[in-house]
Formats: sequence, C-alpha cells, structure tokens
Amino acid sequence: MMAFGSIGFLAPALLLGLLALPILWFLLRAVPPAPLRRRFPAVSLLLGLEDKETTPDRTPWWLLLLRMAAIAAAILAFAQPVLNPTDRVAGRAPLLIAMDGSWASAQSWGQRQDKLTEVLQFAVQDGRPAAVVLLSDGPRGENPLNFVNASEWLNKVEGLEPNAWEPVYDEWVVAADTGEAYETLWLSDGLARDGRDDLMAAFGDKGDVSVAEAEGGVLALRGIGIESGALSTTALRVVGGGPLEFAVQAEGPDPAGITRSLAQGAGVFEDGATEAELAIELPSELRNRVKRVVLDTVRSAGAVVVTDDSIQRRKVALIGGSTEQEGAVLVSPLHFLRKALVPTADVIEAGFMDSLQANPDVMILADVGDMSGQETRAVREWVEAGGMLVRFAGPRLAASGLGQSSEHPLLPVRLRAGGRNVGGAMSWGSPKGLQEFPESSPFFGLSVPSDVVVESQVMAQPDPNLSERVLAALVDGTPLVTAKDQGAGRVVLFHVTANAEWSSLPLSGLFVQLLERLAISARSSTLDAADLEGTIWVPEQVLDGFGVLRDAPALAGVDGARLASGVFGADMPPGVYVSGDRRVALNAVAADRVLEAAGWPVGTNFLSLTRSEEQPLQAWLLMAALALLCLDVLATLLVGGRLWMRGVAAVMALAIVPMTPADAQDEAAILEAANNTVLAYVETGNSRLDEVSRAGLLGLSAELFRRTSVEPIAPVAVNLETDELSLYPFLYWPVSDTQTVPSDAAMEKVNVFLRGGGMILFDTRDANIGRSLSGGTPNGKKLQSIAQNLDIPALEPVPEDHVLTRTFYLLQDFPGRYANAQVWVEAAPPDAEQTEGMPFRNLNDGVTPVVIGGNDWASAWAIGENGRFLFPVGRGSQGERQREIAIRFGVNLIMHVLTGNYKSDQVHVPALLDRLGQ
Amino acid sequence: MNTPAQITPDQLRSDAEEAAAGFPALMAAADQLAATISLGSHGRRRAGPGDEFWQYRPAAAGDPLREIDWRRSARADAHFVRQMEWQNLQAVHLWVDRSASMQYRGDKDLPLKGERARILGLAVAILLAKAGESVGLMEDPQPPKHGRGQLTKMAMRLVIGSDEDYGVPPNKEMIKGNRALLISDFLGDWDEVIAALSRAADQRVQGCLVQVLDPTEESFPFDGRTIFESMGGGVSFETRRAKALRDDYLARLAERKDQLEALARRTGWMFLCHHTDQPAQNALMWIHNAISGPAR
Repeated sequence: MMAFGSIGFLAPALLLGLLALPILWFLLRAVPPAPLRRRFPAVSLLLGLEDKETTPDRTPWWLLLLRMAAIAAAILAFAQPVLNPTDRVAGRAPLLIAMDGSWASAQSWGQRQDKLTEVLQFAVQDGRPAAVVLLSDGPRGENPLNFVNASEWLNKVEGLEPNAWEPVYDEWVVAADTGEAYETLWLSDGLARDGRDDLMAAFGDKGDVSVAEAEGGVLALRGIGIESGALSTTALRVVGGGPLEFAVQAEGPDPAGITRSLAQGAGVFEDGATEAELAIELPSELRNRVKRVVLDTVRSAGAVVVTDDSIQRRKVALIGGSTEQEGAVLVSPLHFLRKALVPTADVIEAGFMDSLQANPDVMILADVGDMSGQETRAVREWVEAGGMLVRFAGPRLAASGLGQSSEHPLLPVRLRAGGRNVGGAMSWGSPKGLQEFPESSPFFGLSVPSDVVVESQVMAQPDPNLSERVLAALVDGTPLVTAKDQGAGRVVLFHVTANAEWSSLPLSGLFVQLLERLAISARSSTLDAADLEGTIWVPEQVLDGFGVLRDAPALAGVDGARLASGVFGADMPPGVYVSGDRRVALNAVAADRVLEAAGWPVGTNFLSLTRSEEQPLQAWLLMAALALLCLDVLATLLVGGRLWMRGVAAVMALAIVPMTPADAQDEAAILEAANNTVLAYVETGNSRLDEVSRAGLLGLSAELFRRTSVEPIAPVAVNLETDELSLYPFLYWPVSDTQTVPSDAAMEKVNVFLRGGGMILFDTRDANIGRSLSGGTPNGKKLQSIAQNLDIPALEPVPEDHVLTRTFYLLQDFPGRYANAQVWVEAAPPDAEQTEGMPFRNLNDGVTPVVIGGNDWASAWAIGENGRFLFPVGRGSQGERQREIAIRFGVNLIMHVLTGNYKSDQVHVPALLDRLGQ
Repeated sequence: MNTPAQITPDQLRSDAEEAAAGFPALMAAADQLAATISLGSHGRRRAGPGDEFWQYRPAAAGDPLREIDWRRSARADAHFVRQMEWQNLQAVHLWVDRSASMQYRGDKDLPLKGERARILGLAVAILLAKAGESVGLMEDPQPPKHGRGQLTKMAMRLVIGSDEDYGVPPNKEMIKGNRALLISDFLGDWDEVIAALSRAADQRVQGCLVQVLDPTEESFPFDGRTIFESMGGGVSFETRRAKALRDDYLARLAERKDQLEALARRTGWMFLCHHTDQPAQNALMWIHNAISGPAR
C-alpha cells in the first residue's frame, strides 16, 4: 500500500496510468470533433472551395481538460484509493501497550478502547504476543509485562477502566526492563509528569516506541471554595488555544434526597489561557447542599470536585445571656464567638423562638441560665431533631442552679453548685492548663498551647457516665468540655465562659480549632500533616476514573500522614474521607496542580488515537468520472453546435429560478387601483372562501354604485405577502381556521396600512357562536393569533351613538347572513361625554381601524355574474329585510371608511347654524 | 413526387388533402399581401392600343396617315391624332421555384424561402388579375388567363413542391411582349439559369428576376467541421472549418448576384434580391411596379 497524507492506494501500480495522460492529450487534440451535417441550399456555391487551414480543427482546451479529468478520475479510482488508511504498529516483536490509565485519559476512554481493540486485532492477525498495562496501576506481581496471545487481551478490553489517580512512572522503569525485546505503544493521557523521559528511554531500549495521544486537551476542575458568598472553582486545560466556553453543574441532593443539579455556571477560557475562574452565585441553603461540582460533558475524575465541610456554612444562632451593655464589647460573652464564626458561618442573633424559626444547625448559648418552660421544650425538640446545642458557662448559668439536682436535658452533665476559682487573688493554686486531648475526643491531634489557662469553671458532678462525656479536661482532670447525645442531636458544654473572663481559651487559636472540630465553623485551611497526625481516615465514598462517586465499603482506613501526602494510589483513591465528625474531600486534581502538556523526546513516532475508519474512495471517483463523461457528452454536443442551447438554458432556468408569485400585482393593476375606488379582500388560500369574498365585495360595490356617489370598480384580491396595501381604503378579511398567519413582514405592512387610515373588516363568519373574542371558536382563535401581531387599539361593541350607525343609513344593528353577533370597533375614549343638547357623544375623531364581527357579511352581499344574490338570507320578507340591512351596513361601512368622522361632525351643525344667526 | 404507378387511391387522397390544406392558407396569405397595395384604375393612363379614348394630339411628322382623326382635324387648322388609352392586355408568365432548395430557412421564426416565393408570386398574380390582366404559370402549357378561377388553379399548382435540388425555369412558348416573373433563389446550375433566361429573352419577353434568399445564405454564420448538404441531399460538401470559407462563399454569392443583375440588364429585365427577413410588401410593391410598368 502506498499512502499520501490521509489517502492510501491499494493498487498503486495503476497510478502509472496517469503517465499516459499527456499522450492522451496529444491524441485527443489530434482528433477533431465529428463533423456536423448541415442542410444548406447554397452549397452549390461552396463547391470547389478549398479549405485554407490544413491543420485539423482543434478540440477546445477545456473539453480536453474535461476528458483528461474524467480519465484521471477513472485511473485514480482503479488504483483503489482509501481515505484514512489504518496506521499500524509495524513489526514482529511482542507488543506492549502501555496506557496511562489516569483520570485524564477517562475523557477519551472510548477512543482508547477502540484504538486498543484495533491494535490488538492487528496483533492477532500478525500473530504477535501482546501485553496491556495500566501504568497507573503500578507494576504488579513478578512479571508485570505479561506477554500473552493478543486475543486474550481482546476480551479484556471492555473491562478496562481508567483509575482516578495518575501513574508514577518511576515505578515502571525497572519493570520495563525485561529480558526480551518488545515494541511499545504508549497510549498517553497527554499530561506532563515526572519520570516520563526515563520510562521512555527504558521502553526505547527494548524496541520501537509509538505514542498516541488524544486530540483536544484535557479539561479539569481544581479546588472549590467560597469567595464572598459564591461557590468558586477553577477550570484547567492543558493547551492554551483559542477561547473556549465551558459549563459546570453544582450537584447535590434536593429536599427529597435525590441528587440533581442545583445550579449551573458558565465560564470561558480566555484566548491562550489555561486557567479560568468560575463563580456560581447561589443561596447558602442551596450551597450547603452542594456535594460536588462537575464539568459539563467531561467524564473524568479530574472534572469533578467533591465538596467537604470546607464549603459548608452552618447556620449558627448566637444567644447571649443578657442584654449587652453599651461599650462593654470586649467582655460581651458573644464577642469572641462572633469573631470566630462570622467568617465561616452564617450567624443569627435573635431570641430563642426567632432563632428556632430559622432552623439553625447550631445554637450557641453563652452563659444562659434560666429558660422558660416553653423555650426549653422548643430547644429540646430542636436538639432531638438533630440540632447541636453548644453552651458556655458563666456566672448566670452557675447562679441559675440549672442541672444541679438532676441532669438537665439541655446540659451534658450534672453541675455542682458554685464552681471554682483557681489562681485568683482569693485562692490557692495557679490557673490550670489543658490536658492533651484523648484519642476518643474529636479534638484529638490538636496541639495544646501552653498559654491557655483556666481560672474559673463550673464543675461537673462526678457521675458514673461523666468520663465518657468529657471531650477535654484540665490538667487536674476536671472536665473543660463535655458533651452528650440527645436524640439525633448533641449538647456540648464548655465549662468556661465564651469571653476571656474565666479563661484565656477564647483568646487563643485553639478556640477556633475547637469550634471547627465541633463542625460548627467551616474548615478554612488546607490539610496539614501535623493536624492529621495520628488520625485514621476511612474512605466514605471514592471517585472512579470517570468521576462517579461510589461507596467504598471494602477499603481500609488511611493514615492521616498518608492523607496529607496527597499522592493518590490504589490504596488511597480520591474521594471523601471521614474521621469522626470530620469529612475531608480529596479531589483528583490537587489544589496547586497546573496542567501541562506532556513533552516527548524529539523524533517520537506519533499515532492518531482516533480509530481510523478506512473509507474506500473508489466508488466516489468512479462516480466523478462518470459525471465528467456526462458533462463531456453535453460539451461535445455544444462544441458540435448540436446542443439546443436555448432549450437547455430554459430548462436550467426553470430548475434554478424560483417561481415568482403569479399573483403579484403588475403595474397596470396598481394604476387601476390607484385611479379608482377599489374594495379589496384578503386572500385566505381557500379558493371557495376567496370566491365568496370576491362575490360579496362585488355585490357591495354594485350597491354602492347604485345607491351612492361611491363608484367602485371590481373588487380585487390582495395577497398580504406580496401586494401593496396602500392602494386600498378597505380590506375585507374573512377568517378561516385553515389560513396561515401571515409573516411578520406582512403583518408590519398591515400595521402600516392601519396606521395610514385603512380599515380592515374581520369576519369570523361563525355568528360568534362561542364568542369569537374569547377565543371560543376555531375561527375566533385564528383571529386572535392573527390580531396578536396587529396594532389594534382597545375595542368595544359598537355603541349606539357610533358614527357607523349614521354615515349613510340610520342603523342600529349590523346583520350579515347572521344577525345576532356583536360587532366590535375601536373603543371610545374614556372621557367622551355627551354634551348637553347634542344627540351624540363626540366620539373617536377618526375611523376605527378595525371592525370585528362574525356575521358573514360577504355571503349576504354576494352576487353572481348575473347580478343575483348567491346565498339565501333568512326566510321570506324577513330575510329580504335582513339582507337589505346588511347591504346598508356595507354602505355605511364604506362611507365611514371614505368620509371618516364627517357625520360625527354633523353634531356641530346646530351650533354652526346658531352662530350664523339663523 | 410519386410516380403514377405507385399512387394508390389512399395516397392520392392524402396527397390531395395535403395539397389542399396548404392551398387556402397560401391563397389567404397572398390575398392579404395583395390587399396591402391599392390599385388605381385598370387603365395605363397613357396612350397606347386600347378601346377607350385617351387624347388628341397634334400630328407629328411620321404619323401614319390613317391615324389622323379627320373629324377633330376638321375643327382646327392642324391635324390631330386620336390616341386611345393603352389597354393592351398584359399576359404575365409566372415561375415560382418550388424545388427543395427553397424549402429552407435558417431560423425557425422566418418563413421558408419557398413559402415567401409562393406568396409573392400569388400576390402578384392576384394584383394582376384584379387589374384585369391574365396570368399563368410557366409550367402550365395553357396560355395565361384572367379571372379568379385562374388564380385558384395557380394556387393549387403552387402548393405542390418538387423534389429536385434546384429549380430551372421551364421552357415555355411565350408571345412577344408578354411579361415574365421568375422567383427563385437562382442557386442552381448557372448555365441552366442562363439558358432559361436567354430563351425567354429570345422570345422578346421582358420581366423580372426575383431572387429570394435566406439571411443565413447571406451571412454564412457557420463554423467548425461541417458537411453541407443540399436540401435534396444530392450535393454535399465537407469542410474542416466552415468559418474559413465564409469570405470565399460571400464572394461567390456576390458574383452570382452580379451575374444575375448583368444578365437582367442585358436582356432588359429587372432584378431584385429579396431576403426572407424583409417584409414581403416591399418586394411585392417592387414587383408590381416592375411588371405593370411600361415596356422598355
């Protein structure tokens, strides 16, 4: 096989035929076109003439070119060209397929599997042994490169899954050094990593190395945090490239517990940038529920950020014991709590009941003694429903005697009356420091600063269950912090005050750490090894390579130091780890990670990862050759003068030129309409309906001619899309539910028509049965959809004194073929008042732009060619009367259109006559 | 045309119908064309042999004695000759070439040469007949006659075509002083044309030659390798490049026209070259004037 770029030829020898083309050129040039036989009477005059030019007549160059192209296409076709010929890893040696198998390759895992299948299939064909390793798995067993029959691997391809962590190349350098030589295909994820060159060299020592990388860079999300109330994250990509938009989804459980997308955000990589910040604004209620943030359309562990406590902002209700005194800020029991909590939690400061209304996560009572029975009940219910109550001791609590005789439900331990002072002016001993936190305590691992001393405390009764409730104690063993579970909730008591009055604890950093450990405030710092020292973290959920969170029941706990190292592996996949009350999310992309493209040694052999779809081109080329030969037939005819050019041109014109609308107005019709009064109707596309409209307007025109000085010529049909409307004063628009709503352009034209003083008579022709204006009838609905885009003013049923009732005839109703439907016109202005002594109000100073009704007037007016009415109206003389009134309505309507408010002005006649002194 | 032996009754009928189908159209077209020219009176408005009195003129030397009108001369001192209006009945012999070469048109919008020739010929005949003169076809052995019946007969003959490639005026005995009208494209063998015209001139017959040509025969708008064939297919000529022949062709055509004109001048005939894209009226007017004009 021979290949040029992405096209290969299966029978390249045939391409030699192309060499024959120049010969063909000369041959074709030498053969003149076939002579044309032509009848010509004056041939007698030609007899005996000699051809002056002895050279043969030439075939035109373009015809030659056409023929050459046809033949070249045929030659190429028979050489069996193939688009995207499969590139194969050539050779006979065993084949090692090393896949990075990291989260970054999950994005294109399908492609990788396809490529792997393809390569393995070729290996099977070639009878090469093969080995497939995921580098991220690390070298396993005695013989990590297990070369076996390639067909064995074929079955395993489907089962291969990427890992959520990245490979460590150094581990492989030794493993790569086996006794035998092999060739390597490295399916890389395209990210820069240490040790790549070494491993490359190790592979290279054994044989040829080919590398396949996915096209299009790797996308990832890095870190998540809260910045000024918004969820913020950073998207990464490997190569700069042009601007790229991306979207993320913040997912979490909805109130029903079903995980769904809570918020969406969109960001954009600037041109050339590899990082893009993204912030999602969302209410804290929602934000606290966000479990993970996922990059849209990218399936990889790197595109998922799992949240932990660090983005949880708890709602904390702070309740102080008494109204604070002005100026005593620093001694306020709430001051230090506020300082510690406000940055990381939503703090509520209100009364008991108000705070409970807000359903806080944590309620902190600083030196609160007596509570009313109702408050106690409410707080207890809240605690038992899962609330966390944290109390600080203080003089008031001590004085209240709460929980001294028996264990109070809202105190973890019984208290002894009084309390104690140590190290004060009136006492022996010195202030007491803190003990190291016991292992069972949530505070375990926190270092105890030596300067934290306690001078006063409330004392716990040494009950049998006291020891298990102590979370922290002083060096002398007296409890400092106690807690008990109460229902689903928890009650915690700090035996000191929340201000610096009894101890220096609130002044130290330990205070904040304690609150953090109690999961009251969010973790604000990253993991540090010292903090994690000695803790054991159990994976709760782990990410697989595709970024799916799975429960991880079978995994062993991870040492805190290992956790802090941040190097993932099979023993510590990314995921959510739990230690006691604390949850830590470890994401596949570390917070300081920068994605860089892998650098390969110069001269590396790259293969395309896209599975190459071989596409034979032979058929297409043969088709092209055939088409060219067909063209050649036409062209030869043309050259020979036998092609009836005009006929062909006409056929092509017919095929190409779209049909122009046959009913567009021509100039004569426009002149005719402009020079005369013409009634017009809107074409509905329903020929029967249009015929009725035409006959109706013809009848009306005839009656106008007969009765009035208005002398219209024959009515015309108007196509709203194509015709000019300004020529007509009046449009009759029958509404049918089958007609299409005109285009916006046409509607704009109609609006201009209406603004220019034109009138449209809408006729739903259904007698308003079902109230056309409320959209009851199909025609009415159609009318609504038409009128939506029209500039129609407010409407009202024709008032009794509307000018329409007296423009020519005095009318009170407006029947058509139906008699009872209401007719609507533009509403009178609200301030129209009937002047004293005037018979009519001075109504709208102009012509109503629309008249809407359903009386099917056209049918009542319609006359045939012989001048007789086409449709019966009513019965007997009653019906004749109705038809007469219908015609009178038509006359009045046209008069109204043509004379406007002329009759309305007649109301001034008495005044004018009076002024003239008559 | 079919030979008599091959004619079956059916064929005869269909041929007749075919011929008759063209006839009314030809007649109507010719009538229409003839109507565009309004005739004056029958008289020649000049002195000549006839029945109607024309004028008295003073006798001049050389007037035969018997021509002097003595009654008029008696009323004056001079002698007068009584002249009659020239009413000498003109007999016009018509030949319309109906050979295959006339069945040609270069453009489908133009009439066939033969069609134009027939209409012209018949229109002239109609005009002459209206003027009371007798007309006849040269193929017709009968002498020219006058009257509408003769026109009908002529029309029926004219619609019949000929299979020959080129037409030659037939040899017909014509009385001295008769007129002849020959309409053809005169593209046939030159010697035959000369012979025919010489024969007519020998008989002291004067007349007109009307050459009807198609515009393409004047412009020769052909190019490329072409085999030209005569309409009947009898003559053919192949060229590699028709365009190159154009100048030669046009020169030959001009030469042919010049020869025709020279021949006409020599014999006292008149020559007109008419193209089918020109209106027929002009040609008709010219022919009418030429035929009914004075003998030269």
